[in-house]
Amino acid sequence: MRINKSLNLQIENMKLTLKIWRQENAKAKGKMVDYIIDGIDGDMSFLEMLDVLNEDLVNKGEQPVEFDHDCREGICGACSLQINGEPHGPDKLITTCQLHMRTFKDGDTIVIEPFRATAFPVIKDLIVDRTSFDRIQQAYGYVSVNTSGNTIDANSIPIKKENADDSFNAATCIGCGACVAACKNASAMLFTSAKVSQFALLPQGEVEADRRVLAMVEQMDKEGFGNCTNTGACEIECPKGISLENIARMNREYLKASVK
Amino acid sequence: MGGFLKSSVARKFAMALSGLFLVLFLAQHFTINLTSVISPDVFNEISHFMGTNFLVQALLQPILIFGVCFHFIMGFVLEIRNRRSRSINYVRFNGSANSSWMSRNMIYSGLVILAFLGLHFYDFWFPEIVHKYIQSHPEDATRYYGELVAKFESPVRTGLYVLSFIFLMLHLIHGFSSSFQSVGFNNKYSKGLRGFTVAFAIVIPLGFIFIALFHYINNVQ
Repeated sequence: MRINKSLNLQIENMKLTLKIWRQENAKAKGKMVDYIIDGIDGDMSFLEMLDVLNEDLVNKGEQPVEFDHDCREGICGACSLQINGEPHGPDKLITTCQLHMRTFKDGDTIVIEPFRATAFPVIKDLIVDRTSFDRIQQAYGYVSVNTSGNTIDANSIPIKKENADDSFNAATCIGCGACVAACKNASAMLFTSAKVSQFALLPQGEVEADRRVLAMVEQMDKEGFGNCTNTGACEIECPKGISLENIARMNREYLKASVK
Repeated sequence: MGGFLKSSVARKFAMALSGLFLVLFLAQHFTINLTSVISPDVFNEISHFMGTNFLVQALLQPILIFGVCFHFIMGFVLEIRNRRSRSINYVRFNGSANSSWMSRNMIYSGLVILAFLGLHFYDFWFPEIVHKYIQSHPEDATRYYGELVAKFESPVRTGLYVLSFIFLMLHLIHGFSSSFQSVGFNNKYSKGLRGFTVAFAIVIPLGFIFIALFHYINNVQ
């Protein structure tokens, strides 16, 4: 039996109780279902643990638990679980696919739910529809520059280092929706502000900054996300560490655009 | 204005501005109240000025009442909209892992402050209106200190005031600094500003508690 020496916890052959949200489809009423799972190794990722559970369920002739996943290396933003009351689980700056079972201990009960927001309706089990984020992006999350045959070398436009860094940091948002899931108001302001900021900070995007922020905030409101009350939960739970500074910047950009 | 307030960002901006205005009022109210501990004469003089000056009564007081009403109504509007944005709640939501109790419970601290304002108006504002405009008593620049001290004879009332100021402290600890974020102020000075806002949020309500207890203890003695 392997032991995590620093914590003196058993991290091999763990037995866990999983409480998982099961919902047949978008219209069905869902409920929490308990599963006992054992033989879990601490080096497994959380999603691999769910794979093991699903293998068991399939072997028993039961419906596997549906959950979102894709790259499994923390860059695609597909995985989306609320684990023990926190998006992407208790560790910080990681996605669910990067969460390892050594975070838990033998005998633990783990509550697994979908990201909850009116704008993120459940499709099935733990999968939610996050196309509201896509529509916010489509509203104006781009730069209207024809790059076909007219591309200018980016290095020919001088940009302040801090602006370039802030823009890059904002652009690392993977759109997973953890900010919405963590916020008590299900607000999407961290996501929207990151998309607004990444363009507003660069000369290429600055030209359309006013139109962009007005259109993206309008779409965000239309989708039914809540209002930001500055709890800071989004920043803490964001797997990419997107800063609240982006929300302040979006507020400034919005107010500036509104009075023009 | 109505169209502007349809946006979530604008609503937060308006909420923050009304909050900052109320913080300024609170500082002014505290300064005046503090004089009641230092000098009854100075307190009477300032109170008489505030209660009879045309500019204060006809312009500043209506603005203050509008600011208070706006802040509360907008608070309720935001709360209702925010609750709608998560139609199904989590079975388990670990809010303490990523945010402060104060920031998550502004509506409850706000409701306690609203209830306190009801008591405060019952104690001071309504009697003042009756005294001046209904009973039409002649002006008496020496009555204010006695009226204030008389209110703090009751241990229950004093206790309610102390409790309310504790909730005011909790509300301000998050609300004051949060309002700067809402108006778009988040930069290298924010850390220092946060220190100032938290100090203000603690010191001012503690000062109000001190004043209430000072008059209660003086009455007991």
